[in-house]
Amino acid sequence: MALATASAAATRQDAPPGGRIRRVGIATPYLFLLPYLLLFGTFVLAPAAYGLWVSLHDWDYLLPGKPFVGLANYHALLDSGSAVYEEFWQSMRATGIFTVASVPLLVVVPLGLALLLNRSFPGRTFFRAVYFAPYVLGVAVIGVLWRFLLDPNLGAVNGLLRAVGLPSDTPWITGLPWAWISLVAVTVWWTIGFNAVIYLAGLQDIPRELYEAARIDGGGKWAEFRHITLPGLRPVLVFVVINTMLASSNMFGQSLLITQGAPGNETRTAIMYIAEKGLREYNMGTAAAMSYVLTLALLLASVIIFRLFRDRDAV
Amino acid sequence: MTRTRGIAWYTILIGLSLIFIAPLVWMLITSFKTTGEATRVPPTLLPQEPSTHAYDTLFAADSQTPVLRWFLNSLLAAGAQAVLILVVASMAAYALARLEFRGKKLLFGLIIGTLFVPVFTLIIPNFLIVDRFGWLDTLWALIVPGAAGAFGVFFLRQFFLGLPRELEEAAQLEGANAWQIFSKVILPLSKPALATLAVISFLANWNDFIWPVYVLFSPEHFTLPPGLSILQGAYTIDYPVIMGGAALASVPALILFLITQRYVIEGVSRSGLKG
Repeated sequence: MALATASAAATRQDAPPGGRIRRVGIATPYLFLLPYLLLFGTFVLAPAAYGLWVSLHDWDYLLPGKPFVGLANYHALLDSGSAVYEEFWQSMRATGIFTVASVPLLVVVPLGLALLLNRSFPGRTFFRAVYFAPYVLGVAVIGVLWRFLLDPNLGAVNGLLRAVGLPSDTPWITGLPWAWISLVAVTVWWTIGFNAVIYLAGLQDIPRELYEAARIDGGGKWAEFRHITLPGLRPVLVFVVINTMLASSNMFGQSLLITQGAPGNETRTAIMYIAEKGLREYNMGTAAAMSYVLTLALLLASVIIFRLFRDRDAV
Repeated sequence: MTRTRGIAWYTILIGLSLIFIAPLVWMLITSFKTTGEATRVPPTLLPQEPSTHAYDTLFAADSQTPVLRWFLNSLLAAGAQAVLILVVASMAAYALARLEFRGKKLLFGLIIGTLFVPVFTLIIPNFLIVDRFGWLDTLWALIVPGAAGAFGVFFLRQFFLGLPRELEEAAQLEGANAWQIFSKVILPLSKPALATLAVISFLANWNDFIWPVYVLFSPEHFTLPPGLSILQGAYTIDYPVIMGGAALASVPALILFLITQRYVIEGVSRSGLKG
């Protein structure tokens, strides 16, 4: 408030000397913003518009001519007779399968972990760091590591199963549904710490008095969880669900490095296909159109999730 | 009673820890095995004939896969980008947190809005823009565009908003201008937040995969993540070499995390909640 008045005074240029008045030149804020805005404009705003422009052209990076084709690239994605239709929607389906399979796990399992770590006990910080550690590694490391561990013949996972006398010939990265199970499991292992830490912060924001009151009322653990913990976590939950959904639908590295899209193209995700089309075959008009279709689908899903959570009185 | 419960409690926690740690330990152990031993069935737990074969191969002077070079490239790109982000994001965040100007709300909304745009939407047009700058296949492509992200600005703005105004006002009374207040008051008070952002930015860039895979073409310009993917292609069955490369990419990240874990975890949770 004080700031607003002060700046109004400053812009009038007749502010009295001295006193607790903020005197800032009109250009000052913009000068502070300039370096960032140059980057932001060039590498965020401009590409957002430029990508739309590219998607309206037959944009072959390697050819000189890039004829305007209007909505033809989009049309091709919806036309079952076109060359890209089949593969694009298969990749969208793969992204959908992965998202639908991974999001519930990535929302629920870290919540369990966070509840486990939310008590105070010696070594809490240590365990929190341990569970978070894989997240610190990049998808390239995770990918090559699990490709090795999950190798059906030589991998440690089947090796371990063999050692304890369980079936040890599961085609973890080459057969269905195993490839999906592997990709989801690896992703849960890799990113569980991120959501868990966000839940933990949310849990610590729930006032303790609420739990004490519930204890006096004689509610059990489950009632406490349903009536205090879950409602208290609602804003965090919305963030976690949307954020996880966006992350899962951008899945790319795990498929590229672990299953290499196999079997067939079953685990080739939308991003993998878009990257192949746009950045390997340099078919950028089509690829740009695909990425806007994907983005639109994600925006829609985000809005729906947001509404679902907001409109309900209790989670 | 409580004692047995305590034991059960720690058994669960330690059991879970093994799930997270064992694969990483296995990676490290494998990198010290011979090629033959790494793929032995059943696998050996510890190297029977410990070998530096993997690292000898990775560091060989005439290597087709110059890992040391990738390592230095990664270090340079991630370090330079972290510095760039600290500079531009702290300045922008100061304006957004502490100064008044026309269009502030709109601008902030626009910047935050882009947090929700999937990175991939921009990757193809950004490729074309980077190409126009002549940055394809150079580290510039890895350093500059990524610094335009909204996270740093958002993160520092939140921190600046929480700083007490008194010191700032005192400096003002002594005639300090906005730049002096920013550099002599705000920044020194923000060291923990700046360090947190530096580490988070460094790790994100160090681990970035999709962008370097497509904008870098020559192996000598690679960073570690795309390098690992060609290692996997080049040494298909030489797992110690691949695991050695993965270890080289993980160990610095893990050490950095261990040293700064409290800040990283807090930074992640704080920024996550406000998203």
